[in-house]
Amino acid sequence: MGIFSKFVAKLKGESTADPLDWKVLEEELLAADLGPKLTAEILKSAQGLKGADALSSLTQILNSHLSIKPRALSDANSIGVILVVGVNGTGKTTSVAKLANLLHSSGNSVMLAAADTFRAAAVDQLQTWGQRIGVPVISGKDEAEPAAVAFDAAVAANESQVNYLIIDTAGRLHNKSDLMAELGKIRRVVEKTLPVCEVLLVIDATTGQNGIAQAKIFTEAVDVTGLILTKLDGSARGGVALAIESALDIPIKFVGTGEGENDFAPFDPESYLTGLVRD
Amino acid sequence: MFDSLSTKLNGALSSLRSRGKLSTSDIEKTCADIKAALLESDVALSVADSFIELVREKSLAALPTLQSGTNQAQAIFEIVNAELIEILGGSARRIRFTKNPPTVIMLAGLQGAGKTTLAGKLAKFYLDQGNTPLLVASDLQRPNAVTQLQVVGESVGVPVFAPEPGNGVGDPVKVAEAALTFAKSKLYNMVIVDTAGRLGVDQELMQQAINIRNAVNPDEILFVVDAMIGQDAVRTAKAFQDGVGFDGVVLTKLDGDARGGAALSIAKLTGQPIMFSSNGEKLTDFDIFYPERMASRILGMGDVATLAEQAKKALDSESSAKMEEKFARGDDFTLEDFLEQLEAMSKMGSMSKLLGMLPGAGAMKKQIENFDESEIVRTKSIVQSMTPLERQDPKVLNGSRRARIALGAGRKVQDVNSLVDKFSAAQKMMRQMRKGGGMPPAMAQSMGVPAGMGAGPISSKKVQAPVKKKSKSGNPAKRAAEERG
Ligand SMILES: Nc1nc2c(ncn2[C@@H]2O[C@H](COP(=O)(O)OP(=O)(O)OP(=O)(O)O)[C@@H](O)[C@H]2O)c(=O)[nH]1
Ligand SMILES: [Mg+2]
Repeated sequence: MGIFSKFVAKLKGESTADPLDWKVLEEELLAADLGPKLTAEILKSAQGLKGADALSSLTQILNSHLSIKPRALSDANSIGVILVVGVNGTGKTTSVAKLANLLHSSGNSVMLAAADTFRAAAVDQLQTWGQRIGVPVISGKDEAEPAAVAFDAAVAANESQVNYLIIDTAGRLHNKSDLMAELGKIRRVVEKTLPVCEVLLVIDATTGQNGIAQAKIFTEAVDVTGLILTKLDGSARGGVALAIESALDIPIKFVGTGEGENDFAPFDPESYLTGLVRD
Repeated sequence: MFDSLSTKLNGALSSLRSRGKLSTSDIEKTCADIKAALLESDVALSVADSFIELVREKSLAALPTLQSGTNQAQAIFEIVNAELIEILGGSARRIRFTKNPPTVIMLAGLQGAGKTTLAGKLAKFYLDQGNTPLLVASDLQRPNAVTQLQVVGESVGVPVFAPEPGNGVGDPVKVAEAALTFAKSKLYNMVIVDTAGRLGVDQELMQQAINIRNAVNPDEILFVVDAMIGQDAVRTAKAFQDGVGFDGVVLTKLDGDARGGAALSIAKLTGQPIMFSSNGEKLTDFDIFYPERMASRILGMGDVATLAEQAKKALDSESSAKMEEKFARGDDFTLEDFLEQLEAMSKMGSMSKLLGMLPGAGAMKKQIENFDESEIVRTKSIVQSMTPLERQDPKVLNGSRRARIALGAGRKVQDVNSLVDKFSAAQKMMRQMRKGGGMPPAMAQSMGVPAGMGAGPISSKKVQAPVKKKSKSGNPAKRAAEERG
């Protein structure tokens, strides 16, 4: 029996042979990267629960920590410009391709911008993806300024009136203020031509409590509107994303579950929350 | 990394210190605080629990044998420190070179951990020590991973064996095998195999890693792990250990502010040493992992040893000897020296990283993060636009000279003025410092260092364990700071 159902059985008073230690639930929540603070909050509310509607109560406890902001991509009245940001190696480029694929295959015209001009072969990586999924990629010359590439892409997107422009950016650690400033510049430069309607922060599901600092500081720099939670196909449960939702009210919008372009889906709260306390 | 842990431990321990005499309940409370800090830092619960258990036992045992309050607090501090070092790996180990070259190093880890960049750093590190490494592109999975390795190889001047284009084309096992044959025939003494990222739960890809391993029989398999990883570190490290297996751990992205508690968990639970740390995007941002240093960093004592070493590396022996001599002779500190120092500093790598190593830096986190690296570049360009005479004797700098310098450096005259003012202040401080006293705050500030940075450990000063000073820096400012700290 999984911990979730054990827990529910315990609350319903059905399970006497297999009593559940609160300690076990605490361990599970910590092991899911919810962090000590959120774990303590959830335990506190859970210990106050009783009665037959335990399942819905527990779901409610977890749910109450989710953001209530909309999870769909915001409606852009003209061209939807999406900026994808995050620390190194979280899966930005892959997510850009997956999101493009999702939008493209549901009938939208999509353009990509390779604004990671820093990491070796990052532009090639996005171009390979562009070819695979059949969407154009705007890139600059070698050692081009990322903001210049983003600017050119915004102009090109505006000219060809695509439905979406998705901008890939270089991975950067949030404690490097110069690199965060660069991100702000990319945004401002794009907005000379087109408004940015979404800034999606890519969080790797294996990330620990540092994810909260990432979300906080990226939001200060470029006003993050949503998360993409990647690598949920591994053994990590991605609980720090719930901690981010809870602390900063930033909704998870998409999840990544593999390396292929189809391993991507809009966020589903239920499967995420039950996944947090799976055995 | 570990910033917050060190802040918290400092908090827990300084409340102990301020109390003087300790009781057993003080120890219980401190243990609870330390545990909370460890969890906040992503240390696995089981590791945190056993750590606390040991600290508690040893602290209680030590309690009656000690005299005064301060000593008791110090004893606990040292116990925590020793336990941290213990978990972090006890003593660092180097790569084992085989008697029959090439020495084969295989990298393994999750997607996005930083293996490809690390392969380049490792190659450079060993190339600089006189080895002849060959990089092998066995990540044929991720789009353009092969290209990335080729670019990285080229920038460090190490050949890359890449017979397959990747992007899903080619067999990584065959590539690794062929690379070994190639390396033997061309007498490379080291082979570094980059592999695709894989999940611990992906049986198929884990088997592929095992096949690569069996094909090249590596002398070292290094598990590459992102310092930002959370609790999953335990499951993933176990999966890699039970799968492909590994002999050592490399922590990446240590230039971030992740607390890196996972490092403690991995070392503790797998029993394998953390061997290297990767701490920046430049290919030279790489070092041997020092458990003692990391432990003192965790405890907020700053990483003075690393700082001294980097200073030594940066100031080539000749110029540092010259500087030392000058300083001893009582010669004045000139703009020429100032420039030399600035150059050495930029050689030493990112300033904020450097400042982060200083004792007490945890308390200055915000200022350090906001430190403007380009300030040094600007200052440098101004000094470089001066003639030797002007550098020797800034008093000759009249209005027209200043205008010329500003033009040459592409700065405003005010910038030149403010540099000259700062320098004069620094020079004055240097003169005072010669009479003893350490790096004065104004000197530090004139070089863009936040006030108080030169002042040594802030809260842990009294109980700080002695920091080994291998050598004194030839840089007078550094040396003074070292002597003081
Ligand atoms: N298993 C799994 N792997 C993923 C997922 N998303 C991305 N990856 C892999 O993670 C690795 C890094 O992905 P990238 O998209 O290059 O990450 P990035 O954030 O663009 O990296 P940088 O630009 O170097 O900062 C690649 O090997 C991807 O295939 C996911 O949802 N699941
Ligand atoms: Mg990328």
